[in-house]
Amino acid sequence: MSKVTFDPNPKFQEYAVPAALVSTEWLAANLNTSGLVVVESDEDTLLYESGHIPGSVKVDWHTDLNDPVTRDYVDPEGFAALMTRKGISRETTVVFYGDKSNWWAAYALWVFRLFGHEDVRLLDGGRQKWEAEGRSMTKEVPAAAAAAAAAAATSYPVSPRNDTKLRAYREQVLEHLNKKGSMVDVRSPQEFSGELTHMPDYPQEGALRGGHIPGAKSVPWKRAANDDGTFKGVADLRAIYEGEKGLSPSDDVIAYCRIGERSSHTWFVLTYLLGFKNVRNYDGSWTEWGNAVRLPIAVGAE
Amino acid sequence: MSESTTAQLPLGLAAVAADFADTPREMRLELLLEYADRLKPLPEKYAAEITLMERVEECQSPLYAIAEISDGTVQVHATAPQESPTTRAFASIMQLGLSGLTPEQVLAVPAAAPLQLGITDLVSPLRMRGATALLARIQRQVRGKLEPTSR
Repeated sequence: MSKVTFDPNPKFQEYAVPAALVSTEWLAANLNTSGLVVVESDEDTLLYESGHIPGSVKVDWHTDLNDPVTRDYVDPEGFAALMTRKGISRETTVVFYGDKSNWWAAYALWVFRLFGHEDVRLLDGGRQKWEAEGRSMTKEVPAAAAAAAAAAATSYPVSPRNDTKLRAYREQVLEHLNKKGSMVDVRSPQEFSGELTHMPDYPQEGALRGGHIPGAKSVPWKRAANDDGTFKGVADLRAIYEGEKGLSPSDDVIAYCRIGERSSHTWFVLTYLLGFKNVRNYDGSWTEWGNAVRLPIAVGAE
Repeated sequence: MSESTTAQLPLGLAAVAADFADTPREMRLELLLEYADRLKPLPEKYAAEITLMERVEECQSPLYAIAEISDGTVQVHATAPQESPTTRAFASIMQLGLSGLTPEQVLAVPAAAPLQLGITDLVSPLRMRGATALLARIQRQVRGKLEPTSR
């Protein structure tokens, strides 16, 4: 169990797992807590270099978490080496934050969970809120973290990656579809309908066909976030996912987007905020499904 | 990267490539950030009316760019939000690398020039696509301004 205290913020108490979030106030007050490492993970890879939360380390989805050759995540050895470099031990409390309402931070958190890292939390509001509140930022990179970790001999154990509980592969999605399992498509309405194969204003990602996986419900990921980047309250979230879309916390749910990053945000919402027990992220997402031969596709708004 | 391909880069872009090549790997993101910080503020008329510029749709963040030709040389103006430093860095590198060249020199820049700068292992392929799109759009604007009737 973590030695780092939880944020008692009343807003978080209504969520299924209150410990999964920390507020900017809490983080500012706990920055130097031993056993806590703050990880920044962004869409724009230069943001960390332009200034970050003091003491935080950077984990880049592209250069750190992805395998450089195969379309997959790093292997257990690679993850353990990364953790040791970042001064993270198996018991460390990791608080993630990032740009774009924590979309990439949630993705990094999800990858950490694949490797079974236990104590992961998200900074509610992410980089945007921290900056908006005028909290301190630095360009100083904590070189000390890795050195301290090495000195304390807290090298991260090589831990197996469990792809069965939190991750879905194409074949499993097809199986799920045939069983009429619940699916959430978190892309924009235009991507869902098939009008576009990429986000509005975003580059073409190389999907040959537009549309969605038949039966998937459209809930753009950002509906779970407020304008300041924080998560909506539990009543609002329930109204969207349960009231409007008819999902239930006992459902077996698969979420997907374009490459699996936006759907990590929704995976976090369903799992930690609403307490859904079985949510998997299909990281192949539309760039795989929309290119695969003979997989079923539906077009239109429904 | 063979010598012959880098040799085709105009001096400004070749200097950027050399800058990255001379910088230790772990310092290259800082160098990219320095380029981002060198992006020049927009001239007043574009700052006042951003739609006078062309939106680079392929880029992950709102990036606008325009190439002007005056006295036989090209000037590149571009803008992107502060919270998108990588995009600003690409814009700045194109501004530094292309401004002051003749239109013919700009058009002679190889389409893959952004891939020859030594930054492909720092940023995702999707990002690099934004950079090559920026160059392509600048070249198309220059071509259009040279032969306004044949676009």
